[in-house]
Amino acid sequence: MATHSKALPDKRGRFGTYGGRYVPETIVSALDELTEAFAAIGRDRAFKAELAAHLKSFVGRPTPLYFAERLSQRVGGPEIWFKREDLNHTGAHKINNTVGQILLAQRMGKKRIIAETGAGQHGLATATVCARFGLDCVIYMGAEDIERQRPNVEKIRLLGAEVRPVRSGSQTLKDATSEAMRDWVTNVRSTFYIIGSAVGPHPYPLIVREFQRVIGRETLHETRRDWPALPAAIVACVGGGSNAIGIFYDFLKETEVELIGVEAGGHGVSSGAHAATLAKGKPGVLHGSLSYLVYDRDGQVMLPHSISAGLDYPGVGPEHSYLKDSGRVEYSHVTDREAYRSLELTCRFEGIIPALETAHAIAWVQKNRTRYQAADRIIVCLSGRGDKDMPIILTQRDGTKTS
Amino acid sequence: MTRIATCLAERGRRKLLVPFLTFGYPTVSHSVDLIRSAADVGADMIEIGVPFSDPLADGPAIQYSSHIALQNKVSLRQIIDAVADLRKQISLPIILMGYFNPILTFGLDRLARVGAVAGVDGLIIPDLPIEEGRGLKSALEAEGLSAVFLVAPTSPRERVASVDAQATDFVYAVTVAGVTGARGKVTRDTRDYLQGLRRQLTKPFVAGFGISSPETAAMMARDADGVVIGSRLIELIRDARTSAAGRRNVSRLLASLRTALDRVAG
Repeated sequence: MATHSKALPDKRGRFGTYGGRYVPETIVSALDELTEAFAAIGRDRAFKAELAAHLKSFVGRPTPLYFAERLSQRVGGPEIWFKREDLNHTGAHKINNTVGQILLAQRMGKKRIIAETGAGQHGLATATVCARFGLDCVIYMGAEDIERQRPNVEKIRLLGAEVRPVRSGSQTLKDATSEAMRDWVTNVRSTFYIIGSAVGPHPYPLIVREFQRVIGRETLHETRRDWPALPAAIVACVGGGSNAIGIFYDFLKETEVELIGVEAGGHGVSSGAHAATLAKGKPGVLHGSLSYLVYDRDGQVMLPHSISAGLDYPGVGPEHSYLKDSGRVEYSHVTDREAYRSLELTCRFEGIIPALETAHAIAWVQKNRTRYQAADRIIVCLSGRGDKDMPIILTQRDGTKTS
Repeated sequence: MTRIATCLAERGRRKLLVPFLTFGYPTVSHSVDLIRSAADVGADMIEIGVPFSDPLADGPAIQYSSHIALQNKVSLRQIIDAVADLRKQISLPIILMGYFNPILTFGLDRLARVGAVAGVDGLIIPDLPIEEGRGLKSALEAEGLSAVFLVAPTSPRERVASVDAQATDFVYAVTVAGVTGARGKVTRDTRDYLQGLRRQLTKPFVAGFGISSPETAAMMARDADGVVIGSRLIELIRDARTSAAGRRNVSRLLASLRTALDRVAG
């Protein structure tokens, strides 16, 4: 097994062969500028202090590590613990990154913010920090996602941001990202693009990882301080993979801890209707980086499917591709149905409504419970809460088929 | 000498007219006809658009034409075969323009090899900046093909110099920060930028993005060695009642661009 080098990504933004910058020339210098600005804040203690203060008082960090006792009993396997990112302000891990990036945008003197969103959690987290810091905000969202994540759309608008529906292609996260990039190409001098996942051209996968690392840093600290041993495994859902890389990163060197990334199996990975990029994809280029990607034999990107809008993406962050090939992280997948059942179970037994994205990670633990001893502790990154999923939850509960 | 090198060497004061047409739009056979008629009305090179599912640098018109072309099941292999066929009738340089993933999937070396045999003269990949484009340059040049790289109004001087050095024969100047699409006017900033390129570049350059009319083409061509027109042609085809009318409108616009460019050349 390859060990993970601290030096990644390298200067060219590569995680091994993955990553890089496959973008129009127009934004290359903006990416250079962003790389420099990000390097500068890494040396800036005032920035770190400001970020820490906002994470504490505005976001509500640190988030607790919670023993899901009744769920564990019901599942009948290892002890299941939740890292409660759902308790963050706006209800998901996404705000860790948007607070970091908006402070960076301010340092760079940018006045206008754009973002893409799938489930709406990143759009909400971006609109929230834009309101907090007084910057203009435009959110690109697929027309289909606008329908299935209606509550978040209304919140984003309430916060003063403009939601621009994207009607091209699959009308989901993939096309919202393309449209946000087109906006950035057009308005690159005035605009800061807050990418929501660990995807995109260099330095975005690095920036998003660094702002999400707080999840794993806290988890490592808490388990070292309070637990007899480190967890047997850490499980996180993977769409683009920001909550996963965030909780995994500080554990990469703790090789006794299994790291499991769970992708969206949709109707099953052999059905053609899934978003299990690492399971079924091949290296390819989309949205600025080389990474696993699901595409046909002509190189055309396939339309993904997931019950969860946040995982409904045909690509994945380049560092996950690297970690898959290195073997340090095990990537798996569960179906829409399995995820939905886990969501219901978590509601009934823990009084927590997890996001459909998050439910994929819980479902994996359920399915793989026999792999572990009863005394083992598994940490699930509870990346977000499921309030936003009520429209789709209702259609599931009433027995209507998902699209 | 390659077809592109010959075209550039023999152009004299002539300003190059480079139409862009998405292959497979509105249909495969109509797009072949469009390419032929573009050659007939005074184009100097043809850019053939290879459709992609996620055209990041394109505005609505070319997004639409790519979408239709993919519905028509166009593949890169088919485009190369079509170029081989077109070579029986047209001798002007043919450059393929397409996003990287279909090309990566096909294989760069393989594309250079079979492209050269078919009569493809060069490649433009809008999502492959020079840092990622080294493999492209060596693969293409090994087969006598031309690697075309882009500069943009946001490219600093050092990057412009690197693009100039990396480009095999000529440079593609994106005239505005933005996606492809017809625009009404040429701003003072654009002219300053093109004049800056004229002073700095050692290789010829064509200006593209935003050219919609003989007037905009002539404005750009005062400083550039030629112009690329794409989105406006797609719009003419899209908005015509019949495909024959679409082709007539495209030919008419290209002919008027030819006249306007020749006037600039004096």
